[in-house]
Amino acid sequence: MRKTALDTVYELATRNSNVFFVGSDLGAGTLNNFRHALPEQFLMEGISEANVVGLASGLALEGKVVYVNSIATFLTRRAYEQICLDLCLQNLSVRLIGNGGGMVYAPLGPTHMAIDDIAIMRAIPNMTILAPCDAEEMRRLILLTEEHAGPIYIRVAKGGDKIVSLPQENYQIGKAVLMHQGEGSVLVVTTGVMLQVALNAVDDLRAIGVEITVLHMHTIKPLDEAALKKYLVNSDVVVTIEEHTTLGGLGSAVAEYMMENYSSRLFSFKRLGLPDIFPDDYGSQDHLLSRFGLSVGNLVSTIRELIRTRDNH
Amino acid sequence: MNDSFLTTSVCDSLDPRAIELRRKLVDMLLRAGRGHLASALSIIDLLRVLYDDVMTYDPKNPNFIGRDRFILSKGHACMAQYLMLAEKGFFPEEELSVFCKAGSFLGGHPEYHTVPGVEASTGSLGHGPSIGVGMAIALKADKNDSKVYVVIGDGESNEGSVWEAALSAVKNKLDNLVFILDYNKFQSYGRTVDVIDLEPLADKWVAFGWEVEQVNGHDIKQLREAFDKFPVQEGKPSILICHTIKGAGIRGVEHNLDWHHKSGLTDDEAIFLNDGIGRKNA
Repeated sequence: MRKTALDTVYELATRNSNVFFVGSDLGAGTLNNFRHALPEQFLMEGISEANVVGLASGLALEGKVVYVNSIATFLTRRAYEQICLDLCLQNLSVRLIGNGGGMVYAPLGPTHMAIDDIAIMRAIPNMTILAPCDAEEMRRLILLTEEHAGPIYIRVAKGGDKIVSLPQENYQIGKAVLMHQGEGSVLVVTTGVMLQVALNAVDDLRAIGVEITVLHMHTIKPLDEAALKKYLVNSDVVVTIEEHTTLGGLGSAVAEYMMENYSSRLFSFKRLGLPDIFPDDYGSQDHLLSRFGLSVGNLVSTIRELIRTRDNH
Repeated sequence: MNDSFLTTSVCDSLDPRAIELRRKLVDMLLRAGRGHLASALSIIDLLRVLYDDVMTYDPKNPNFIGRDRFILSKGHACMAQYLMLAEKGFFPEEELSVFCKAGSFLGGHPEYHTVPGVEASTGSLGHGPSIGVGMAIALKADKNDSKVYVVIGDGESNEGSVWEAALSAVKNKLDNLVFILDYNKFQSYGRTVDVIDLEPLADKWVAFGWEVEQVNGHDIKQLREAFDKFPVQEGKPSILICHTIKGAGIRGVEHNLDWHHKSGLTDDEAIFLNDGIGRKNA
């Protein structure tokens, strides 16, 4: 997914001389082709996230469309004020591509795991947040970012995922994608690679007589409220799933919308995400995802429990 | 520290224009009832030279592509910049009377999109240097000969981001970038030498790879001559260290931290300020 993101930025840069790339001491050889072919549009700065984001805003003030790439935790946490003031207050066309969204860097520990990036980016006015589910969706979204006004945070998740997204007509930033339509009243709202978990749960649930609808939010901000409204009409069980703390991410955004717009309706509702702790183990990404309940098995049992709760009312 | 640039007061050496600018700053402060007067007085003379004699700009077309870019990274001194922008016609001088008031476009820190002639929103310290680096890179890529001027403070130089930008400017060979350091030797809590000593300051910038010039930041002739030198060397960024006086030119305000930021001004203080402009310290 990361390679696709950067290759697509290079593709944009080849046809638009206003597209700039700024890296922060990335891996040796990253985008060597870009660096050699378009040296004036390629900057590799040091380990200085605050400077990199400020520099990107200076480029954008001169009319450039700037793609910044670094590890998600360093970019969003270290340079938070630069993101807030230099990019978002001035509403500039800078795209922050954050590597390692969620538990990608599981073996490297809590300094490297971006568990709160969506929440802290979401709190900033003018920011758009994208979390694609696979490499092809990443490419589709990056191509759309060229003409998008204002700052964007793009979350890069696990690499090598199965391709589950499909080309859609009218594919847009800010527009949710219906990935599976079930006959029942269970709605699962996903973002990022957790879409894969939801799709993998479809058959398991069908086997026990439960049909789910899967709505994928590749854009978390602005939230596609129109899509939510459309699919909440026939839903009474709602689950959100994200590789992110349950505080302030997709689940929070959906809950806020539901409470403010459907306060008189009864939903069985659950946010699946990371608990309010720093990740306390190493191992693989899958190991940590499973430990924190971001698995097909836990999604299935959560939905069964919510249905029981609903039926007992 | 280079002692040859130190002065204790500039009250007795102000020319008529310097006095007029100070009268206008005091008027702004009294109308608003608040402001960073001493910080504005520290940079008003160097801003005057930049806007009178150095920079290219078009007040009727603030986004004119051939303009020099100016960033006031120490945004709290914006009274001085607003005054220069108004004098030059970016907006009517009468508008200065709304500084900091409800519904005004002139806030306590300068904002891009809002104030004509302001190139970047500043207020939190340490942001302007990197923004300036990015602008200078873009101008070079566009084969645009404009320069980027960034005014930073000495207190601001405590921020690590200033030094990140300093490294990046050298790496990117930005000879179209000029930092102007307002070295009045005071920050909010006290003397810089006591809060966090920057010395040897010029040596630090030399060591970072910059061309360094130093002047008395209230000496109009010295300032003009210094700005004429830039770029000092092809392929290198330059910094002009301006030795200044916080509160320069008003008796009792010079070197007086009580005037760093002032609000709730009394009638007596208004008289004190107006009487003190250009008058020698007793």
